[in-house]
Amino acid sequence: MPKKPKNKRRDFLQLSTVTLGAVGTAAFIWPFLKSMSPAEDTLAAGSTEVDISAIEEGQSITIKWRGKPVFIKKRTKDEINAAKMVQASDLRDPEDDADRVQKEEWLVLVGVCTHLGCVPLGQKVSDMKGEYDGWYCPCHGSHYDTSGRIRKGPAPKNLDVPPYTFLNDNTIKIG
Amino acid sequence: MDKNRKVHQFKNPVLNWIEFRLPIISYFKKEYGDYPMPKNCNYFWSFGALATITLVTMIVSGIFLAMNYTPHTDMAFDSVERIMRDVNYGWLMRYIHSNGAAFFFIIVYIHIVRAMYFGSYKYPRELNWILGVFIFLLMMATSFLGYTLPWGQMSYWGATVITNLFSAIPFIGEGLKTWLLGDYNVGNATLNRFFALHYVLPFVIFGVVGLHVAAVHVHGSNNPDGIDIKTNNDSVNFFPYMLIKDTVAMCAFGVAISAVIFFGPNLMAEVDNYIPADPLVTPAHIVPNWYLAPFYAILRAVPDKLGGVLLMFGAIVILFVLPWLDRSKVRSCNYRPIYKWFMMGFFVNFFALGYVGMLPAEGLYLLIARVGLLYYFGFFFIITPFVGWIEKPSKLPLSISDVYAKNIAPNIGGGEKGIPSPAMQKDTNL
Repeated sequence: MPKKPKNKRRDFLQLSTVTLGAVGTAAFIWPFLKSMSPAEDTLAAGSTEVDISAIEEGQSITIKWRGKPVFIKKRTKDEINAAKMVQASDLRDPEDDADRVQKEEWLVLVGVCTHLGCVPLGQKVSDMKGEYDGWYCPCHGSHYDTSGRIRKGPAPKNLDVPPYTFLNDNTIKIG
Repeated sequence: MDKNRKVHQFKNPVLNWIEFRLPIISYFKKEYGDYPMPKNCNYFWSFGALATITLVTMIVSGIFLAMNYTPHTDMAFDSVERIMRDVNYGWLMRYIHSNGAAFFFIIVYIHIVRAMYFGSYKYPRELNWILGVFIFLLMMATSFLGYTLPWGQMSYWGATVITNLFSAIPFIGEGLKTWLLGDYNVGNATLNRFFALHYVLPFVIFGVVGLHVAAVHVHGSNNPDGIDIKTNNDSVNFFPYMLIKDTVAMCAFGVAISAVIFFGPNLMAEVDNYIPADPLVTPAHIVPNWYLAPFYAILRAVPDKLGGVLLMFGAIVILFVLPWLDRSKVRSCNYRPIYKWFMMGFFVNFFALGYVGMLPAEGLYLLIARVGLLYYFGFFFIITPFVGWIEKPSKLPLSISDVYAKNIAPNIGGGEKGIPSPAMQKDTNL
């Protein structure tokens, strides 16, 4: 009889030692894993103010915000109408044009294809704009419309709209 | 400690002194001196040795490049150009390293083709195959990380596309991608860690290669007829026979790689990578390195982000289970009249996938990629198990010596069918 309780005590000690060791190891690994996340100065990357007074109708500019390209486009009447005509329910990532703009002539987008992160073409007059006359990603053939919504190709989502505010009629603050 | 341990005796007293304390001399004698190699092994069996030599070359040239390279987004491109223009023999180091990577993959692909065609992955070498696939995975990771370092346009956008593959994973994808990059897009944190990992992974590969070699030495090398060594008559010692044969192969390899390094060092390079990385402009046509192109073709053949990523990784993971998909007990395709052609078709298909992987994903190229994708997975999931089941293999020779007794006429497609030789029966414990 004295043998059994002794074994139980051993089992308990063994189990608790291994458990504590495992927890300790995990706690020790955490700082190493966490050190690979974006650092504080990276997170603190601020906002950008852009003067949009020089942009003509139909013209589009690219600015850099948090290391990414941001497209600011002054849309023409035709482009706005084309974007509005679409039924949101027919889209892969259903969104109305009205939900993607603050003022309907100004379209602001993060210029990063939602497939694998390339910068879509369509900013220059000479660029390919794709079948929906918006943007076309040359990497794997995603077509975006005049509201930056995915219409054809492998990308799963519409081009992101960054947080922005109109400081006045001529200035946008992105971020 | 075992007092009765038998210590090898050598003529040289220094060797005896070492051997008594660390039996490393007898180990090398056993594994690289007296180690029996099947005497029918052809030059396909030299590619393991070639791969090892290339790995060492890559590590050495890489260390010397690292002495002059700066892993910072503002300086990386210029430091590589400085290596090319100002550092003594820097151009040679870099061209050895960049072309060495391509040749490393050529050699390893031939090594894998050898293992597949002659059934080296089958019992009892399954673990050996698994370690090999693992090495292949590590090589792909290492080459991808290394390709980022020169910080040209292809470096930057290649890194962007590949790290974005992880964002396809539901729920955790975006967070995982950010964690891997250390930023919201490929940036200085990314370049820095890619350099650190690119430096360390080859040493990990070296360790796994050690296991890979140790594993093959347990049951010995396979051979073109896929039958085991029965008697001493079937084999030759590694030294000097195989060492000399590998040396001849190495000389031929040296001529081939030198021709490229000295006369066409940029044949396999992308022009766009001589443009410094620009996060605002994507090159019109992003191309992976040719040795990763077959998998890239699979990724692009699928019109769905997650589906494409899963199939691309699946195309590599499927290799791990090949030994269990193949039901045939005959190793060498020389004795498998049906599977042989499907196997060759697989190699041609893989090549075709690589070819379209370098071209735009549209029209005919996209169609070829999709057909190639179907054959790739069909080969593993349908053809390999099914053919192993219905096929009647040709008669295997009784022994390796028997191959030569019959006037060196390996029994391709001839002989009595369906009767496994006594040798085969013993092999596989039928």
